[in-house]
Amino acid sequence: MSALTMVQTIARTLDEEMARDDRVVVLGEDVGKRGGVFLATEKLFDKYGPDRVIDSPLSEAAIIGAAVGMAAHGLRPVAEIQFADYVYPGFDQLVSQVAKLRYRSGGQFTAPLVVRMPAGGGVKGGHHHSQSPEAHFVHTAGLKVVFPSTPADARGLLKSAIRDDDPVVFMEPKRLYRAVKEELPDDLDALVPIGKAAVRRVGDDVVLVSYGGSMAETTRAADALVEQGLSPHVIDLRSLAPWDEETVLEAVARVGRVVLVSEAPKSASVMSEVAATIAEELLDQLLAPPLRVSGFDTPYPYAQDREYLPGPARIMRAVQRVLDY
Amino acid sequence: MIETKEPSMSGALRISAEVGSRIYQQMWRIRVFEEHANELYLAGKMPGLTHLYTGQEAVAVGVCEALQREDYITSTHRGHGHCVAKGARLDLMFAELLGRSPGYNRGKGGSMHIADQENGNLGANAIVGGSAGIATGAALSAKMRGSGQVAVCFFGEGALGQGLLHEVMNMAQLWDLPVIYVCENNRYGEYTHFSETTAGTVLGRAQALGMKAFEVDGQDVLAVNEVLTQLVAAARDGGGPALVECHTYRYHGHHVGDINREYYRPKAEELEWREKRDPIKLFGERLVAAGLASAEELAALQAAVREEAAAALAFALAAPFPDPSEVTLHVYA
Repeated sequence: MSALTMVQTIARTLDEEMARDDRVVVLGEDVGKRGGVFLATEKLFDKYGPDRVIDSPLSEAAIIGAAVGMAAHGLRPVAEIQFADYVYPGFDQLVSQVAKLRYRSGGQFTAPLVVRMPAGGGVKGGHHHSQSPEAHFVHTAGLKVVFPSTPADARGLLKSAIRDDDPVVFMEPKRLYRAVKEELPDDLDALVPIGKAAVRRVGDDVVLVSYGGSMAETTRAADALVEQGLSPHVIDLRSLAPWDEETVLEAVARVGRVVLVSEAPKSASVMSEVAATIAEELLDQLLAPPLRVSGFDTPYPYAQDREYLPGPARIMRAVQRVLDY
Repeated sequence: MIETKEPSMSGALRISAEVGSRIYQQMWRIRVFEEHANELYLAGKMPGLTHLYTGQEAVAVGVCEALQREDYITSTHRGHGHCVAKGARLDLMFAELLGRSPGYNRGKGGSMHIADQENGNLGANAIVGGSAGIATGAALSAKMRGSGQVAVCFFGEGALGQGLLHEVMNMAQLWDLPVIYVCENNRYGEYTHFSETTAGTVLGRAQALGMKAFEVDGQDVLAVNEVLTQLVAAARDGGGPALVECHTYRYHGHHVGDINREYYRPKAEELEWREKRDPIKLFGERLVAAGLASAEELAALQAAVREEAAAALAFALAAPFPDPSEVTLHVYA
C-alpha cells in the first residue's frame, strides 16, 4: 500500500470496512457527492451509491438520532459531524440516547455506531471551527472515545470502532489531516485496540503524555529535549475512554515526573482526569506534581491561536518545572 | 396566509433619488468588500477562510433599509453583507477578518463572528441556524421592555434542517414576538442543492404554525424592501412575527476555497444569475430608467466606494495584532 495522509487513510479505511461488511453505512453533511469537506469520505459515493453513503440535511441531531435507530436495528452507521463544533445540536442524542441505549434497555438494545468528527484548532477557524469537546464525551458513561494522531492509528482505531458493539466517538485532529504520510500495513484486519496507549519513545527523565493534534508539538518538544541530552518518555494515549491507565501509571511510577499535554481547555479536561488518577495512585512515587500544559479556559481565539495552542516552548517550560521541582 | 409579492419592475420607483443612491451604494459596498476579502484569501493574507455574500446584496440591503438603527439583526457564516447593510464600518470589518486589534471583536472572532452592538448587529454565527434563538430572545426582550424594536433573523435555507429554528418560530408565533425570519434561499446548502435536503416548501413551515409567510425575488432590492417595510411596521405594532423567503444566489462557492464546483453546480447556471439577475446591475438600470440617477453618478458612487474600501483595507493591514495578554480578556465580566 502506498503512503497516505491521515485523511486519505480514513477514506481508505471506510472503504475497506464497507467492502468487508455491508451493514456499514456512512451518513453526514456533504459526505456523498462532495466526499466530505475534508475529503474523508472521498469516492465512497461513487463506489457504494446513495443508499450507503448518505448526504444528509444540515441536521446534527437528526444525523446522530437516525444513526441510533439504524445501529439498534442491524446497521453499522458511521456518522460524520462536519466539525466537532457542530456536534452540540446533536449532543442530546449522543448523551441521552446513544450513550444510554444499552443501559436503559437492560442490554436488549445496543447502538454500535461511530460518530466521526474533526476537532481541534490550528486552522484559524474561529470559535465555531476549532474546539476540542472530547471531555464532554469522556464524562458520559456509555460512550467510548478515541483520538488518534497518526494515519496508522486512525486506520486501526477506526476499524476497531466500526467493529465495536458499543458507540464510539472518533475524534480526528484536523490540523494533522495532511501533516504526514505513512505507509500502512496490507493487513485488512490490522486493528488498534481501543483503550491501549502507544509508547512513542522510551526514556527515563520525564514522561510526556498527549493525544490527537497536540502529539505534534509534544513530539517536537521531546526531540528538543533529546537534543539537550535529556531522555523523555512519550506516551500517545490514542484512546480517551477508556484510557490506558496501566501504561501511564507504569511509566510515571518508574520516572516520577510527568507533563500532560492537550490543546483542550484546562478545567475538567481529559488530562485533569489523568492527573487526578496519577495523584491518587502514585503520590509516594512522584518527584514533582503532574503538570498540565493545555489550551486556555477561554473560547477558542481567532487571532491568538499561537498563544492558545500548547507549543514546544510551553511544554519545555513545564518539563523544566518538573525537573527543577 | 401565504402571499407572493411580485416585483414591480415597471413604472416609477416609489423612492427618492437620495434613498436610491444610498441603496445602490450599500449594495456596492458589500460587493467591493467581498472582492477584497476574496483577494485577501487568494493572496494568503487572510487567516482561515470566509464565505462571500456576493450576489445576495439585495437581500441584506433591502431588509436593513427597512430597519432602524436600534432594531436587531442576527447574521450567519455568510454575514459580511448583513454587517455592512446594518451600518458597520469597512475598516473595522477588515481588521476583524485579519485578526487585528481594532477589529469589531478585537480580533477574537474573525470573518464568521462579526458583531456590531452600536448598530444592533447581535453577531454573525458560524453554527448554521445558531442565531435563531438569539434573534427570538431579542424580540421577546423588545416586547417585554416595550421598546418598539424589531429583530430580523437572517438564515440560509440550509438552516431549515436545524431543530432550533422550528422551536423558536413556534414560540415567536405563540407569543406574538416582533421578529422576522428572513430565509436567504441561495439554492445551495454548502455543496448540495436545497431540493436534495429540503422536503416540502419553505413557506409551508411557517404556514404550519399559522405564521405570516411571503416569498420575494431576492435579487430585487425594492421588492425585498417593500415586503420587509410592511412586516417590520406590523411587528412593531404588535402584529407578530413573519417568515420571508428571499430567492437569491451566491456567486462564489460555499467558501472562498470552493472553486471547482461543477460537480454540484453548473457554470451555465452561475452565468445566468450573474448576467441576468445581478441585483446591483438591475437596480442601477432602474435608477437610470426612472431618472433618479445618471450612469455617471452611479460610476462616481462606485469610485467613491472603491476608494473608501481601499483605505479601510490599508488601515486594517497596518493595524496591530491584539496583545497576547488579551487572550483571556472578556471570558467573564
